[in-house]
Amino acid sequence: MTNMSLEEKKQQVVEDFSQFDEWLDKYEYLIELGKGLQPFPEEKKTEDRLIKGCQSRVWLDCEKRDGRLWFTADSDAIITKGIISLLIDVYSGCTPEEIAGDDFAFLEEIGLRENLSPTRANGLVSMIETIKKNAR
Amino acid sequence: MTIKETRAQFPVLDTKVYGKPLIYLDNAATAQRPESVVSKWNALVHTSNANIHRAVHKLAADATDEYESTRNTVKDFLNASSREEIIFTSGATASINLVAFSFGEAYVHEGDEIIVSDAEHHSNIVPWQMMCQRKGASLKVLEIEDNGSLSPERLEKLISEKTKIVAISHISNVLGLVNPVKELVTACHKHGVPVLVDGAQGIVHERVDVQALDCDFYAFSGHKLYAATGTGVLYGKKNWLDAMPPYMGGGEMIHTVSFSGTTYAPLPAKFEAGTQNLNATPTLVPAIEFVNSVRDSKEVEAEQNAITEYLLGVFSRDTRIKLYGVPRRTGEKIPLFSFSVEGAHHEDLALLLDKMGIAVRSGQMCAEPLMDRFGTTGMVRVSFAPYNTLEEAESFVKCLYKAIDMLI
Repeated sequence: MTNMSLEEKKQQVVEDFSQFDEWLDKYEYLIELGKGLQPFPEEKKTEDRLIKGCQSRVWLDCEKRDGRLWFTADSDAIITKGIISLLIDVYSGCTPEEIAGDDFAFLEEIGLRENLSPTRANGLVSMIETIKKNAR
Repeated sequence: MTIKETRAQFPVLDTKVYGKPLIYLDNAATAQRPESVVSKWNALVHTSNANIHRAVHKLAADATDEYESTRNTVKDFLNASSREEIIFTSGATASINLVAFSFGEAYVHEGDEIIVSDAEHHSNIVPWQMMCQRKGASLKVLEIEDNGSLSPERLEKLISEKTKIVAISHISNVLGLVNPVKELVTACHKHGVPVLVDGAQGIVHERVDVQALDCDFYAFSGHKLYAATGTGVLYGKKNWLDAMPPYMGGGEMIHTVSFSGTTYAPLPAKFEAGTQNLNATPTLVPAIEFVNSVRDSKEVEAEQNAITEYLLGVFSRDTRIKLYGVPRRTGEKIPLFSFSVEGAHHEDLALLLDKMGIAVRSGQMCAEPLMDRFGTTGMVRVSFAPYNTLEEAESFVKCLYKAIDMLI
């Protein structure tokens, strides 16, 4: 997805999710994404990269190259890993301005925010906050 | 009463979530309420809402009668020796905090020791830690046996001349094993040490006779016992409660008030400061009636035992699943199972089960020290109530296997 614009990437995710009617199928897809996430080095699993507010542990790292942000992440829970994988696929390669100006509304469109459990929804908010913080 | 009749009292059990029949297996966190509890609650709001004890008008008299007769019902339910020994609180947490504060003020000094077990809910750890900090006392930890139960012998070895009180659970909210409370109490009393029993889970599953157990305090919540939320009970032996100073000041807890000094009301009012939860506390009466009716039902008892046996079998046969709290004898395990699955995160399992209509608990279960003891970041817990069926347990297992297959 790296050659696509932010809008195109978000549109792609919404299309990918629209093929699933059942929530279990959506989760199956997220699990697949989670399993396919690039390995995250153990030494990077530090307290400062840990995202607060999730029931499972989530680590997020951000590098800036050529004025763009590149994210890597990991989690000990596979569905969370799928969600964070989806987020970093969309937002990696964006400029800080693009991320800071984004409303993350496509997550509502694919039903992620309202259909995840309250603790998970909080976790999602924390993930978004952390991505935005890196853009500042 | 049959299981069908039991279920009929809980309309929520016939509802669907995500288009699937709801299977509610998070009863240890909070139970559903029978119609009798809900209608009592409504009736009190609609017809008898007035502040209790003081006013002379009819509504106040009715509300006071409802509230005070609830105390008699609870006294009989626990077989306490007098109604003064029953203090109404907002729940088990409030009951334990009351004792930790007031007992601490009366009896605990610098250098003293308090004993709790490592299987306690945070509500039976943190109030004692706070008291220890305030008093300069220290907290000693009674470690569970490898299977998860508490040993009276081990406890006795931990007791010293400095031990002021021991606080242990009747049944751990994670392990679901009935602790040998009577033997634990005897071990403490041999050394003159009083015992607080956290009965949040115990009161739901065991017939509790506080005189037979001889415990000094017994704490429980209403909402796990099918009563309204925000209700709770502290049983305390009269001699202790009499000697302890009040926890909170104001309202009904006074005898006389003046700026030169205030005297306190006798028990139980001394520990019931402020306006009480007067619409909700009387729901303990229909809740206790419900509990007694299902306890008398052979059919319900047989089904609960069948669920326990079935799940113990499933969990012991599957090597991928680790069960925490393994019984060593029949009757030791209540239908409450905390487990983890190798290679599958507890939160993932709970999320997938939720989407299949099954409500379970996942995470640290308010028992972080116990999670550390087992070297895990969390577990999944299923806890059954008398309205749950063996069929629901079988559906749960089918769905659990499906979730595991999706994850690993």
